[in-house]
Amino acid sequence: MAESICPHHVRVDWEGKKRLGGEYMKRITAIIRREKLDAVKHAMRELGPGMTVTDVKGQGRQKGIMEVYRGSEYCLDLLPKTQIDMVVKAEDAERIVRTILETATTGNIGDGKIFISPVDDVIRIRTGDRGIGAI
Amino acid sequence: MMAKSGYLTGTAQQPTNSALNASTPVAATQALSDRSQPDATGSSIGAAGVPANVTGQPTLSELASAVGHNTTAINFVWTLMAGFLVFFMQAGFALVETGFTRSKNVAHTMGMNILIYGLGVLGWYVCGFALMFGGLPSLPTLGGFTGLNSEVTVNLLGHPFGLFGAHGFALGGAYDVGVFVLFLFQVVFMDTAATIPTGAMAERWKFLAFCIYGLFIGTIIYPLFGNWVWGGGWLSQLGTNFGLGNGYVDFAGSTVVHMMGGTIGFVGAWMLGPRIGKYVNGKVRAIPPHSIPMAVLGSLILAFGWFGFNPGSTLAGTDLRISVVAVNTMLSSVAGMVMATLWMWRVRSNKPDVSFMCNGLLAGLVAITGPCAFVNSQSAVLIGVVAGILVVEAALFIDKRLKVDDPVGAVAVHGVCGAWGCLSLGLFADGTYGAGWNGASGAVTGLLYGNPSQFAAQCIGVATCGVYAAAITFVIFTFIDKVVGLRVGSQTEVDGLDVPEMGVGGYDGGYGL
Repeated sequence: MAESICPHHVRVDWEGKKRLGGEYMKRITAIIRREKLDAVKHAMRELGPGMTVTDVKGQGRQKGIMEVYRGSEYCLDLLPKTQIDMVVKAEDAERIVRTILETATTGNIGDGKIFISPVDDVIRIRTGDRGIGAI
Repeated sequence: MMAKSGYLTGTAQQPTNSALNASTPVAATQALSDRSQPDATGSSIGAAGVPANVTGQPTLSELASAVGHNTTAINFVWTLMAGFLVFFMQAGFALVETGFTRSKNVAHTMGMNILIYGLGVLGWYVCGFALMFGGLPSLPTLGGFTGLNSEVTVNLLGHPFGLFGAHGFALGGAYDVGVFVLFLFQVVFMDTAATIPTGAMAERWKFLAFCIYGLFIGTIIYPLFGNWVWGGGWLSQLGTNFGLGNGYVDFAGSTVVHMMGGTIGFVGAWMLGPRIGKYVNGKVRAIPPHSIPMAVLGSLILAFGWFGFNPGSTLAGTDLRISVVAVNTMLSSVAGMVMATLWMWRVRSNKPDVSFMCNGLLAGLVAITGPCAFVNSQSAVLIGVVAGILVVEAALFIDKRLKVDDPVGAVAVHGVCGAWGCLSLGLFADGTYGAGWNGASGAVTGLLYGNPSQFAAQCIGVATCGVYAAAITFVIFTFIDKVVGLRVGSQTEVDGLDVPEMGVGGYDGGYGL
């Protein structure tokens, strides 16, 4: 492994403890109402992290809703949602989660969920930078 | 048609000479012929447009000739324009049927809707037109051609029964401008009937089987019944033969076009069986449509085209009844739509189902198609209201009780409401129009206006349509099933018909959904 040009990279010994990065970097995956994307996106502009947004379909504990078409019932069991993925410094994660909660909540069933998980490494493809500096 | 020598021989500024011909309506035309006068009202200049030996001073016979020519010309233009409107209904059908089905069958459903145009028209040209209209004694509003005079007739009970025409195959011996107008106007009607079953049988009909059907509909299935009603055949003769009103009357095709298409669709959908996933353990499962905008746009295009379908069926722009026909058409369609919406929303379900707004609009249109020229506006609204309830009840009955899977509601709309339309004519025709219809004396008058025999004729005609259409469809579809198979394989159906059958997806070239 060549010496990285990224100053933050020194924290990680890539030949040895490969999972060490998980302590420093978190992935925040938020599945939110589609109409809340603009508000969350806007709030994130202040906080700084990049994001990847995906249109997704899914079901929560209610397993969708029943509807009627031409007099017969059918189950809308996969409802459309928006998924936001962000990889952030661990110390920023709590603040970002709080901001998502403030902007994406309506209080009704179907507001979605947030998942937080450790991230081993981040690589910027253009430069080959690795670690926190590549976020 | 008309001698036009006056256009060629007359000059623009002919000197006035009232002594030229004693029969010249001099006073009326002298001022009009002077082109130097300003035309402040837009109505002054005219006589110069009458073909005459001396421009601006037509003789009485030249004037009569011009009037006759203009009358026929108005009828030509009207009927052709109406035919072009009806042709546009092909686009409406394509959108309605594709919108109400799933995105994995888009290329297949659209493919059927465009190809039926070609298959139907060619079959009609080669054979269908001759079978349907080869025995038409004359074309009174379209120039008076009398060459289509070969109706094959049998004598039963001492009366002639016209069975089918036998003149004009590939338009041979019918190279007449009026016949060509009739050909165009009628071929788009046939195509309307032909494209109805593609909705009822959508999402599982093998494309090759559909193509073979497409050849039969224009050549044989449609023209035979059409001859009996519009070509001078035996149903139209019920009045002259047996004194049943004016014979069987179907003004623009509630049965000839719509019940025909709906019945073919019903038999076809029944023989195909339901789509996979429609009935699970005996329980009905709704299969939601993939594009409501498409279905709504298609329905509105159909309603627009119907202003050609019904008013155009006078075959005469000079028949002033066209205003009544157009207004009745509009009233019945909106009554059907509003009633179907309310019935679904308040009686049969708990939401205003957009698919039944579309079905209701078309149900009102289909129902008024037969009686539109013969009923008053109140009856038109009532006919539409009944059609609106009927289309919901029929669709749910077919879906839940008969368990015949009709993805777009074509059987309820065209089959059931088509039958209702021609029966309603026998009830509500008010005797203000249709004098001498089908050669019988008197105007077309229904049961509620004192002529029960007209209603009897309507019952016979509607029953004949259902029995004939179901029987010939069953025979032909059985034949097609034996030869190539009616239905696609189950894996093809689950994957969607687009790629396996057509080689391309509807939207993104492949398995997008």
